[in-house]
Amino acid sequence: MSQIHVTTIVNGDPVEYLCEPDETVLDVLRDRLGLIGSKEGCGTGDCGACSVTVDGRLVCACLMLGAEMQGREIATIEGMADGDNLHPLQRKFLEHAALQCGICTPGFLVAAKSLLERNPDPSETEVRYWLAGNLCRCTGYDKIIRAVMDAAAEMRGA
Amino acid sequence: MQYQAPESIDAAVALLANVSGQARVLAGGTDLLVQMKSGMTEPDLIVDIKRIDGMHAIIEEDGGYRMGAAVSSAALNEHDGVATMWPGVVEAAELIGSTQIQGRCTMTGNLCNASPAADSVPALIAANATVRVAGPGGTRDIPAADVAVAPGKTSLSAGEFVTSIYLPARPAHSGDAYLRFIPRTEMDIAVVGAAVSLTLDDKGVCVAARVALGAVAPTALLVEDAAAALIGTSLDDAALEACAAAASAACNPIDDKRGTIEYRTKVAGVLTRRAALIALERARGHS
Amino acid sequence: MARAPLYEEDRDLKLVGSRPLRPDGLEKVTGRARFGADVSAPGMLVGKVLRSPHPHARIKSIDVSQAMALQGVKAIVTKDDFNADSSDRNILTNVMARGKALYEGHAVAAVAATSATIAKKALKLIKVDYEILPHVTDVETAMQPGAPLLHEGMITAGMDPAPDRPSNIASRCEFGHGDVETGFAAADEIIERTFRTEATHQGYIEPHACMANVGPDGAGELWCCTQGHFMVRNTCADLLGVDVSKLRVTASEIGGGFGGKTTVFIEPVAMALSRKAGRPVKIVMNRDEVFKASGPTSSTVITVKIGVTRDGRLTAGEAELKYQGGAFPGSPVSLGAMSAFSCYNMEHVRTIGYDVVTNRPKQAAYRAPGAPMAAYAVESVVEELASRIGMDPIELRLKNAVSEGDKSSYGPKYKRIGLTETLEAAKAHEHYNAPLGPNQGRGVACGFWFNFGGQTCVSLNINIDGTVALAVGTPDIGGSRASMGLMAAEELGIGYDQVRTIIADTSSLGHNDVTDGSRVTFASGLATINAARDAIKKLCARAARMWGIDEEAVVWEDGHAKPAGENAGEFEPLSLAQIAAEAEQTGGPIAGHYETNAGGAGVSFATHIVDAEVDPETGRVHVTRYTVCQDAGKAVHPSYVEGQFQGGAVQGIGWALNEAYIYGEDGRLQNPGFLDYRIPVASDLPMIDTVIVEVPNPGHPYGVRGVGETSIVPPLAAIANAVSHAAGVRLTELPMSPPRVLRAMDAAKDAGTASKPQAAE
Repeated sequence: MSQIHVTTIVNGDPVEYLCEPDETVLDVLRDRLGLIGSKEGCGTGDCGACSVTVDGRLVCACLMLGAEMQGREIATIEGMADGDNLHPLQRKFLEHAALQCGICTPGFLVAAKSLLERNPDPSETEVRYWLAGNLCRCTGYDKIIRAVMDAAAEMRGA
Repeated sequence: MQYQAPESIDAAVALLANVSGQARVLAGGTDLLVQMKSGMTEPDLIVDIKRIDGMHAIIEEDGGYRMGAAVSSAALNEHDGVATMWPGVVEAAELIGSTQIQGRCTMTGNLCNASPAADSVPALIAANATVRVAGPGGTRDIPAADVAVAPGKTSLSAGEFVTSIYLPARPAHSGDAYLRFIPRTEMDIAVVGAAVSLTLDDKGVCVAARVALGAVAPTALLVEDAAAALIGTSLDDAALEACAAAASAACNPIDDKRGTIEYRTKVAGVLTRRAALIALERARGHS
Repeated sequence: MARAPLYEEDRDLKLVGSRPLRPDGLEKVTGRARFGADVSAPGMLVGKVLRSPHPHARIKSIDVSQAMALQGVKAIVTKDDFNADSSDRNILTNVMARGKALYEGHAVAAVAATSATIAKKALKLIKVDYEILPHVTDVETAMQPGAPLLHEGMITAGMDPAPDRPSNIASRCEFGHGDVETGFAAADEIIERTFRTEATHQGYIEPHACMANVGPDGAGELWCCTQGHFMVRNTCADLLGVDVSKLRVTASEIGGGFGGKTTVFIEPVAMALSRKAGRPVKIVMNRDEVFKASGPTSSTVITVKIGVTRDGRLTAGEAELKYQGGAFPGSPVSLGAMSAFSCYNMEHVRTIGYDVVTNRPKQAAYRAPGAPMAAYAVESVVEELASRIGMDPIELRLKNAVSEGDKSSYGPKYKRIGLTETLEAAKAHEHYNAPLGPNQGRGVACGFWFNFGGQTCVSLNINIDGTVALAVGTPDIGGSRASMGLMAAEELGIGYDQVRTIIADTSSLGHNDVTDGSRVTFASGLATINAARDAIKKLCARAARMWGIDEEAVVWEDGHAKPAGENAGEFEPLSLAQIAAEAEQTGGPIAGHYETNAGGAGVSFATHIVDAEVDPETGRVHVTRYTVCQDAGKAVHPSYVEGQFQGGAVQGIGWALNEAYIYGEDGRLQNPGFLDYRIPVASDLPMIDTVIVEVPNPGHPYGVRGVGETSIVPPLAAIANAVSHAAGVRLTELPMSPPRVLRAMDAAKDAGTASKPQAAE
């Protein structure tokens, strides 16, 4: 197998890497770029722990090839805070104790941010369905849903 | 394994036709990558079709819509035209996997993966959708129902791939709907899927109907008896019961980890009736 | 060592009970926190495990020569690379098969290579010659004479006389008191039913992961996600045959455990590979391996018989519990048998348990191990008895609830407990009195968990700037660093932000038992409080020296050393920071320590209320409302207490409705992934209401009880009760999957035995 050269943008920065043809975006992020915030919970798109956006679209990094990223823009959890300023979702997750072990947290945050960009005023049901692909085994989702709703309210200036 | 991302249909066909070993087409990849990871498939060549012109396009054509093979479910859902004309098809595509999967998965992939439980396939069959296939011999159009021939197997020959799906125009007073049964509310594979598309006349009598079922046979089924039970009626209780009974009678399911023969057969009737009622509401709303 | 101090009733707590942000939160919301799979080292190799495809097979030979010859392969290990004289033969054999593969997924060999691709290729080149043996995965089939035997020499323990033939029944246990026949004779109504539950998995989102770096002498380091790194160190040293002192284990952040990370799987394998290759080796399980080769809980068959008088007195309870614990002895059946009737004050109780081996992965602890299934059976029958005698189900439970001084069904007398208080809270809750919709039913159930104490060692260091570094040895799986920080700050009288709590590695503290049994907030908390008090003594001594007075003449109040009274002299109070700043001049560093084998954990109880709606045409169940009322003793950080209540309830919902290990006739697991092993997703659920009941534990200064596990005990029964009311038929098998519920409803309709749905009553 010969490696493929890819030029892409990650969290706003230009990035180049070589990857195997069958290497996933998640493997590239974690093993080649040192971005360990995206997690592999299943490797089959069933848990959402590796949620990132590619060209603004929410996807599972475990189900995309690194080779496909030529010329794309990837955003991960590492790019969510603006320097020292946490994104409102990050703050609300802390305030609401919306994480216990925290392994699913990056995926939830990336997915919730994507929701609020499309729908600034989601209902509880809309939040629950949008996040149905993000598994959390610790919290029972209650505090996560509350944190997302509260962040949405704050971002709307409500 | 090789990865190629050709920029034309011809180049893709050439790659697929000349491969030594196994080639797989990559659009959304939500089935392909899972199969590769599990070792179920070990392709020698992956042809990524997403850089081919038109693969991401949804265009109006003869009053209907042609959707490129790489149009994701999320993109489809955001297209007002398709969602208004064929809400059942869009709903079905929207049920495939999570929001994250939606961002990548395509109806074309759903069709070509040839799973008996694919959500969008019964809806496409009920909609009488056609599929455009490119190959070494040029292009051809086939009914969506003719793509899958057995679990995991399609009718496509070597070197061929699907470039687009076409949803036809519809008469006034038409509606479609798709329902699936899963144990949870999301993230499951259909235990049963039922799609109904119908057209009413000015008096509200059903003049045309197509009913299709998923996950109850080796491939999705077009159930003509169930449709016939609706045609000529105003979908009164007796017609709906007859339709449900015909749907159940058409089932030829298996017992597996997701459901039993008995259960699938029974629920197929229940879902068909419920889907017919939603399609009816929609047809009535189409004035 | 002093016994645990008693509850300090008049204590005015300032910080404990508040909800500050957790110290590890920022790293976790920014993606910087490092979990098991998140480290790497120079020269690191990728480790992969070859697993048996057969549920039961004799391993005739393993040929690794072709694999070893592959370029990039640096080491291959089999059973011969582990210490055959290990003290725990079951763990040794589970980690790497010896002679036989006992379940699909059992490790047979492992490879370390320079890339994942090469490691995978190498696995395919290892030739294992298997002689396939007949297998058994069902608990009752495994108990039959003539069933395929997993361990040819296993004679059932706990039988008198001992059986003369080996079987798959590892042991029998019995608990109880009184004479159940007398009790049943006094009953007006008796119900006896048999219940079945399927094996479920803890379902933590983080797969097992570790990185080992071991020298050829066996000395080295391990990084891993675990609930107990001291346990990992001790077990790995034993399995590798090296001194405990040679291994240093660091616990990573842990992405969920729920009991499933209280043992070792890949850790000794990574160490053996690293020792052989002379390079760091990282192993990360994939999800398929987690399901097939870690430790789910038992599947069970439980028969329960309870008698009641017309006026609602439970006269006797009897249960027979059969738990299969996978390929080795050790199912939690004894905990199930002990806890089955723990909620009720009954004169006559008897429980008999059987621990059974089958060709499934060796079970591991899962949140209140053994108790949810037993409670499911007992609480289902209690609910049915309430209906039978026409009594409100909470009323019946209140009439029979255990309280202080009652003899428990497992022996000891209860100290102060809060079951009645949780029942009263449920009864008074708006939820219990709200109307039900069509096709809905309401269920309640109680639950109990023992709670553990155990070996704990804590160090509290006063830094030169007056901040505090608190080192505990129990991995934080749900916010315990925040709770420890609160308790340390409470004692020292300083701000929460001035305490930083870490999980120290195994070379920095004395032994700590694993994070299990809901023990951390209690036991590590107790040790933290005492370490702080130890530090306070030293701080007072330093103040005394600074003032030139006797140590006894100094007291500690509000974070300051003060003269004890007028006789002690007149001095301005010294803050912790002021004393810390002078530490070098007054005797050097100041630190507090505490070591204990903590007793007095204090049992806990809960009452849950559930509304469930059943689709009469498909059998699908939707939980529409859920309320948890649980005794926390004292909630140190109420947000994380609520989180434990909610998380346990939702795991219970999954167990009750859809989660199950599904085996084919071939003995292979059919659903080793999150697609078909269906844990609840966000859209399945309502908000989970919580009521924190606080009945102080007499064995802790603040009254703290463990809270993590009790919350998974009532849900199975509570939901079964709700579904049974909604469906008009008693459901006796879990999960209550749609096909099962529909079949039960149809059968009841056909037989004319269906009762009216509760909502219509």
